[in-house]
Amino acid sequence: MSMFPGTVAFDEFGRPFIILRDQENQKRLTGIDALKSHIQAARQIASILRTSLGPRGLDKMMVSSDGEVTVTNDGATILKLMDVEHQIGKLMVQLAQSQDDEIGDGTTGVVVLAGALLEQASNLIDKGIHPIRIADGFEMAAAAALTHLDGISEAFPVNKNTRENLIKVAMTTLGSKVVVKCHRLMAEIAVDAILSVADLEKRDVNFELIKVEGKVGGRMEDSMLVRGVVIDKTMSHPQMPKVLKDVKLAILTCAFEPPKPKTKHKLHVGSAEEYRDLRKYEHEKFLEMVKRVKDAGANLAICQWGFDDEANHLLLAEQLPAVRWVGGPEMELIAIATGGRIVPRFEELTPDKLGSCGLVRELTFGTSKDEMLVIEQCSNSRAVTVLVRGGNRMIVEEAKRSVHDALCIVRSLVQDSRVVYGGGAAEVSCSLAVARAADKLSSLDQYSYRAFADALESVPLALAENSGLSPIDTLSEVKARQAAENNSNLGVDCMGHGSNDMKAMNVIESLHSKKQQIALATQLVKMILKIDDVRSPADGIQ
Amino acid sequence: MVSLNPIRILKNEAEEEKAEVARMSSFIGAIAIGDLVKSTLGPKGMDKILVSYGRNAGQVEVTNDGATILKSVGVDNPAAKILVDMSKVQDEEVGDGTTSVTVLAAELLREAEKLVEQKLHPQTIIVGWRIAVDAARQALADTSFDHDNNMNDAAFRVDLENIARTTLSSKILSNHKEHFTKLAVDAVLRLKGSGNLKAIQIIKISGGLLEESFLDEGFLLNKKVGVHQPKRIENANILIANTPMDTDKIKVFGSTIKVDSMAKIAELEVAEKEKMKDKVNKILSHKCNVFINRQLIYNYPEQLFADAGVMAIEHADFDGIERLALVTGGEIVSTFDSPEKVKLGHCKVIEQVLIGDECLIRFSGVELGSACTIVIRGATQQVIDEAERSLHDALCVLAATVKEPKVVFGGGASEMLMAEAVSRAAARTAGKEAAAVEAFAVALRRLPAAVADNAGYDSAELIARLRAHHAQADSTMGLDMENGRVGDMKKLGITESYVVKRQVLLSAAEAAEVILRVDNILKAAPRRRGPDRRPC
Repeated sequence: MSMFPGTVAFDEFGRPFIILRDQENQKRLTGIDALKSHIQAARQIASILRTSLGPRGLDKMMVSSDGEVTVTNDGATILKLMDVEHQIGKLMVQLAQSQDDEIGDGTTGVVVLAGALLEQASNLIDKGIHPIRIADGFEMAAAAALTHLDGISEAFPVNKNTRENLIKVAMTTLGSKVVVKCHRLMAEIAVDAILSVADLEKRDVNFELIKVEGKVGGRMEDSMLVRGVVIDKTMSHPQMPKVLKDVKLAILTCAFEPPKPKTKHKLHVGSAEEYRDLRKYEHEKFLEMVKRVKDAGANLAICQWGFDDEANHLLLAEQLPAVRWVGGPEMELIAIATGGRIVPRFEELTPDKLGSCGLVRELTFGTSKDEMLVIEQCSNSRAVTVLVRGGNRMIVEEAKRSVHDALCIVRSLVQDSRVVYGGGAAEVSCSLAVARAADKLSSLDQYSYRAFADALESVPLALAENSGLSPIDTLSEVKARQAAENNSNLGVDCMGHGSNDMKAMNVIESLHSKKQQIALATQLVKMILKIDDVRSPADGIQ
Repeated sequence: MVSLNPIRILKNEAEEEKAEVARMSSFIGAIAIGDLVKSTLGPKGMDKILVSYGRNAGQVEVTNDGATILKSVGVDNPAAKILVDMSKVQDEEVGDGTTSVTVLAAELLREAEKLVEQKLHPQTIIVGWRIAVDAARQALADTSFDHDNNMNDAAFRVDLENIARTTLSSKILSNHKEHFTKLAVDAVLRLKGSGNLKAIQIIKISGGLLEESFLDEGFLLNKKVGVHQPKRIENANILIANTPMDTDKIKVFGSTIKVDSMAKIAELEVAEKEKMKDKVNKILSHKCNVFINRQLIYNYPEQLFADAGVMAIEHADFDGIERLALVTGGEIVSTFDSPEKVKLGHCKVIEQVLIGDECLIRFSGVELGSACTIVIRGATQQVIDEAERSLHDALCVLAATVKEPKVVFGGGASEMLMAEAVSRAAARTAGKEAAAVEAFAVALRRLPAAVADNAGYDSAELIARLRAHHAQADSTMGLDMENGRVGDMKKLGITESYVVKRQVLLSAAEAAEVILRVDNILKAAPRRRGPDRRPC
């Protein structure tokens, strides 16, 4: 292990003494070796995702450690489910994750871009350029690209009148997913969901108000947007009414059960008298609980906990329909939608804490009688639920993810309404701009600039490759036309429509998402380039 | 030099299968599953024996039902899992066609494999398939014919019988299909269009012959009446309850009973008994003469009921209780303080009947005449189980048909018709998608071919003839598997539900598409489990 610097030193008599002990138990990579190994790992991950990019990208089948199967096209999901162990691999996973959290779309793109940047960096290292210089150069190049993006972006007004345009954007996002079969429907669902939740004044969309619920069975065409809340529960008693109108809801987080004091206690029954008293108390307690709910004026009780059989029947006898075992997030959603308050104790239930809505009904599916409750015509109509149907569990899960992506992209348009054009058009345009900037530089950084420009081309290249086009031919044609016509809307024609003008094809991506992609990828690459020493237990890396 | 070594990014036992390998593995898995169930297709299809392992090791099941087979085989291949999942959904949604949907999806993938070998991009194949599905669906919808609403009941019944017969003919019941067809149709017609299969109860009693199965117009409960209680009650008022009738426990949390003398124990016991007696009295104040409880009834209350001349039935399971409530029009009660608010159930006669050596309680003359019970008799448990599954399939299909009264011709006629339409669409399609469209038609034709093969006939000959007929727009021609030749399905009365057929087409295409889109399989390292030392 003496090849690593700094492990052994010699004193003035030439006797060696060891500074770092137990090196044989550690695996260590330093300098260029470490960098090269990292770059290779990152590129491997990028190459896995590369084939999923674009409208004609293919899916990945993920088998979890319990043998469950997921089929997906979503970069973040693929990386999340992949059993990654390599430390750089984990960084890439987090990269996709942060793009997913921030924007929700373009997760594949960001990983592919990072992979391409690292590949270029590796070439530069071979040329003998110091990694830090490369990192700095990339940083500046990214800044140039971002400024250029701002320059080519176009305004895309978002209001109730531009629904049609928003749908087109959503359709672009959904283009690469399995839901293309009912492309338009899904896009409409996503746009309507966002528009009904969005606060156009403040340019804000509260995602808490949108719930995406999946239910296996039926056809994908049966998916719908419910302007209200859907809960996967039924009335607690089979004979309670299935449809309720003008409902006042009591939203309870206390059980219809005898009270359980939190402090530890013991209750001793010592005589028959006490036994009778206790029995009476118990009975009265139930009556009182039901009465309180009834007195407050509620005609539907939503309860987070269970009921005793006795309480259940009392509720039925008092004609007070109730739903039990409703999950926490659903409770909150119901409270928001109906304008009610979540009540933790029966004593605190008052009429003004009740929620109200126009209609509660039960939906029935299939032969095996799956039922769901729908709460509609709520006083606060902004809470919506997207109900996704599909042939099997995998399709439903994938459709849910796709709808989520579409929701995210529409939301980002509401937040920042500037757009750039997709299909690799923005990347090609940035690449040209960065390459032009490189020529004006006198320092070493021009190499990094050129490398950055080349890396940006990886996205249109992958798009063309996945679409079965000849990648280099297509890219060079698009580049030439962009340079000649000075038109930044030209991209790769993935669907074979016969036109490269992405504006005409409505292939739109939000500026925010694109900028985020470039910024995040550059950041990660910078970080990786700065690592020059990895220590790990000897059997960690194999 | 370390940098030149291959770098492992995944965990130790995690696997990655790429491009061609991944695709091959999913094709092989899916085709294997398709071949597994293929031999059960059609009226002459064979059955499978399933031997279970684990807790009920050694238990044998004989079945012809695709969903049941696939549920039990335990597959490891991810693509195969998708197909299994799909057939399960088909079972839940429409109840029948579970085998057809699996075989069709597998055949589609078999064709896709050839196309991929010819360097067709999977996305191109998918585009072609979508064109094909649209064409097939349109053709199916065009050929489906409605029962006229003003059609008389007798004709409607004949139609339903035809459908039930087609479904049942591929099952173990095929020898007795006339009998069971009648049973199923009777039961479904009693529902009067509500399609609520819950109201049809199936009771299985081993012994006797399959022909001895019958439909009881009332409701049968497989329980016993308490001792010394009336065995037969006319004009019964039934109280259906879900309440503990042992010792009513105190539910207040943390209460324990602590006494310091024997006398007090006796006192408590009296108090307890008193509580129970109060409860019984309250129940009796409902003026019921039959009391049915979901939970058990202890000896003491049972005796009290006997004294009052009330029939008390304990341990009626939850399904039984709900169905009883549904059938007799009563409600399930748990407290007994307000008799005036409780709705009692009614029926004309309750009596004990003996079927085989089982003693059942029959509720006849129930208020909602829609419910009924089918009693299945049979020589062995396996036969009865399979009969139940087949009957369930038939009932599901019939219920679906009553809801959407559209039918198509069976015996492979509708598949051939769809294939013909798809072929025509292929001829019209410009571009390389046409190959995929044609492949879809080929896969569709494999279904009747499998039916013919299973019956031991020359499928190539029969399919060719059938194709010729369909090319001349003889769209009612199909396979007559009784005689092994091509016949007119209209004359033979072989019809199937349109809903089922459409669902088969759509689900199969959807699942095949999902599998085809995959180009990479990433398997996580299997979770480590300790050795299973449970006694089995």
